Amino acid sequence: MFEIIEKRELAENIFLTRVKAPRIANSARPGQFVIVRSDERGERTPLTIADYDTEEGSVTLVTQALGVSTRKIVAKSVGEYLADVAGPLGRPSDFVAEPIEEVRKRKYIFVGGGVGAAPVYPQVKWLSQQGCEVDVIIGAKSKDMLIYKEEMAKVASNLYIATDDGSEGFHGLVTALLEKLITEEGKKYDLCVAIGPMIMMKFVTLTAKKFDLPCIVSLNALMVDGTGMCGACRVTIAGKTKFTCVDGPEFNAYDVDFDEAMRRQGMYRTQEQRAIAIQREREAGHKCNIGLDK
Amino acid sequence: MANKIPRVAVREQDAKLRATNFEEVCYGYNEEEALLEASRCLNCKNPRCVSACPVGIKIPQFIERLLEGDKAGAASVIGEDSSLPSICGRVCPQETQCEGSCILGIKGEPVAIGKLERFVGDWQLESGLTTPPAAKNGHKVAIIGSGPAGLACASDLAKMGYEVTIFEALHEAGGVLVYGIPEFRLPKERIVKREIERVKALGVNIETDVVVGRTITIDELFDNEGFEAVFIGSGAGLPRFMGIDGENLNGVLSANEFLTRANLMHAYDKEYDTPIYVGHKVVVVGGGNVAMDAVRTAKRLGADASIVYRRSEKELPARVEEVHHAKEEGIVFEMLTNPTRVLGDDKGWVRGIECVRMELGEPDESGRRSPQVIEGSEFEMECDVVVMALGTSPNPLIASTTASLETTRRGCIVADEWGATSREGVFAGGDTVTGAATVILAMGAGRKAATAIDNYIQKR
Repeated sequence: MFEIIEKRELAENIFLTRVKAPRIANSARPGQFVIVRSDERGERTPLTIADYDTEEGSVTLVTQALGVSTRKIVAKSVGEYLADVAGPLGRPSDFVAEPIEEVRKRKYIFVGGGVGAAPVYPQVKWLSQQGCEVDVIIGAKSKDMLIYKEEMAKVASNLYIATDDGSEGFHGLVTALLEKLITEEGKKYDLCVAIGPMIMMKFVTLTAKKFDLPCIVSLNALMVDGTGMCGACRVTIAGKTKFTCVDGPEFNAYDVDFDEAMRRQGMYRTQEQRAIAIQREREAGHKCNIGLDK
Repeated sequence: MANKIPRVAVREQDAKLRATNFEEVCYGYNEEEALLEASRCLNCKNPRCVSACPVGIKIPQFIERLLEGDKAGAASVIGEDSSLPSICGRVCPQETQCEGSCILGIKGEPVAIGKLERFVGDWQLESGLTTPPAAKNGHKVAIIGSGPAGLACASDLAKMGYEVTIFEALHEAGGVLVYGIPEFRLPKERIVKREIERVKALGVNIETDVVVGRTITIDELFDNEGFEAVFIGSGAGLPRFMGIDGENLNGVLSANEFLTRANLMHAYDKEYDTPIYVGHKVVVVGGGNVAMDAVRTAKRLGADASIVYRRSEKELPARVEEVHHAKEEGIVFEMLTNPTRVLGDDKGWVRGIECVRMELGEPDESGRRSPQVIEGSEFEMECDVVVMALGTSPNPLIASTTASLETTRRGCIVADEWGATSREGVFAGGDTVTGAATVILAMGAGRKAATAIDNYIQKR
């Protein structure tokens, strides 16, 4: 049982939950995730680690409440318990194990879309603590949906904001902003790291490719155990099958078969749930660019 | 003339009915039946059953106690060599072990040793008899994994007075007994949970949600938490796939995923949140016990379910009883058939599987006749779910995060017959050493390692 010590709504349906998990706080590194089960009957749900505090023995999780299980997780209040938090799972980001002089030579650009800003944060924080130069783009549909803005501003060399509706920062998609930074503002980057919805990561990859900018993405596949046991999180990387939970979650973006990954994410979406999701998206004024609403 | 009595038939749930529920298939013997069956044992001077048992349970002795009406005595005879009788009585391949060597089996039917063991084990669980915790000897041992190897090792060490902590990666203890073997073959609440409670009653501490290699490393267990020895019983949990086209289509699953959703996550129960996709027609590829478990689970969830296996029925590695039960339940067996690719529809979902027919050629080095493709025999089977049950290998997580722990090319941890590994103070046993095998072998390896760990710590 893992006690909740802080909970707040960061944006509509996006919640921060800080839990006591001393073992995980001790061993967590940027790039890793946890599996959470709200209660005895809940699903095992993978969630990204947004922060960890060894002294306090806590980890911070950010959850977008979309389905039954994520809603149950965010329904819990301070003082209540999550039944299970297992992790940290997956491999840490490559830079954690690389010689720090090599890492410091690179100029990083991180792109966090929607709830993806949360897992970007511990990476940027780690790099900035090591004295690396890191620019960050965070994007959302509108101003109200931006998360981790203040925290990110403290650790990023430059923070750029993009909103679909132009209510804050750049008016447009994160890909357009990335392109603008490189072409119009003459920014030079050595490595791009994109975390967000699969479709966003696919298009950031295409944009990065245009500039021969190496790119890493963190895949959010379906999982059950998260330890390599089930293979639900299979993805095709450079033509080979890999397990997101143990071989990833971060992969060289150029090698990822995004279309397959997106298709596999929909595996357990029943017709009904799908209908609800599409309806909600429509109400929010979102037009699906990949035809999921057809 | 004891051997003139025919083997006492065991009562089972009706095949048609049980194919629609998850209740246990076999009801086991009642006392009267058990005593009658026990009376068939010839109490051989040179009991072949004992040498055929991987852990050498003194079978004629426990049967004799049972016949005398001394159930507690029978339980304690079994207990000398096995810590999980109600489980092994249910899942051991008796036909190739004890019962396969029973002298009565030469002309007639062997003594139903498995069913008798189960009777004694269940009686012991029902009776609630537990061993009180032993006086602590002040030494700490860590066990990784709460499957049969870990549970057996933990309970033996606890009985010797060690302070034992089991670290389990999942949210529930039991390992393959919980995530793999289905309820209809091994009841979770009535049997597995009670066996685990018995281990806990010995003073063993079980910490769930700890993924050794990630949450904590073996080095940290030694350096920061004061453990003097570590036993690795983390099993063989990594599923294999065939590497054929279409294997990542929606609707292709490993048997591990399918069974974990159904068993550990209770996906068949509407009260639980985990979804499971069963479709209308399920093809399970493979011929082992896991394949039988998966196909029978699919059937119970309402699908038409078939087995596709590349050799003939004679070579099926599954227990005879499981194959027999599966057939009774209406499972279709496509023998000498091998998938060549999975076929998808335009939305990326499975619509069928392309197979070839096989024939058996000359025996290979292992003595098994190797299957060969019959040219031009390609055909399609319509289905919407394909479950791959092709065996599993050990998870590399522990080996890859522990310095100087030797592994084989297949990723198994190298250990001697007592479980000692290349790393001092680290012992291993069960599937993580042998590759996927049986509950009883894992249990036996766990017990041997407990003895070795005791020797190691006492000599330090």
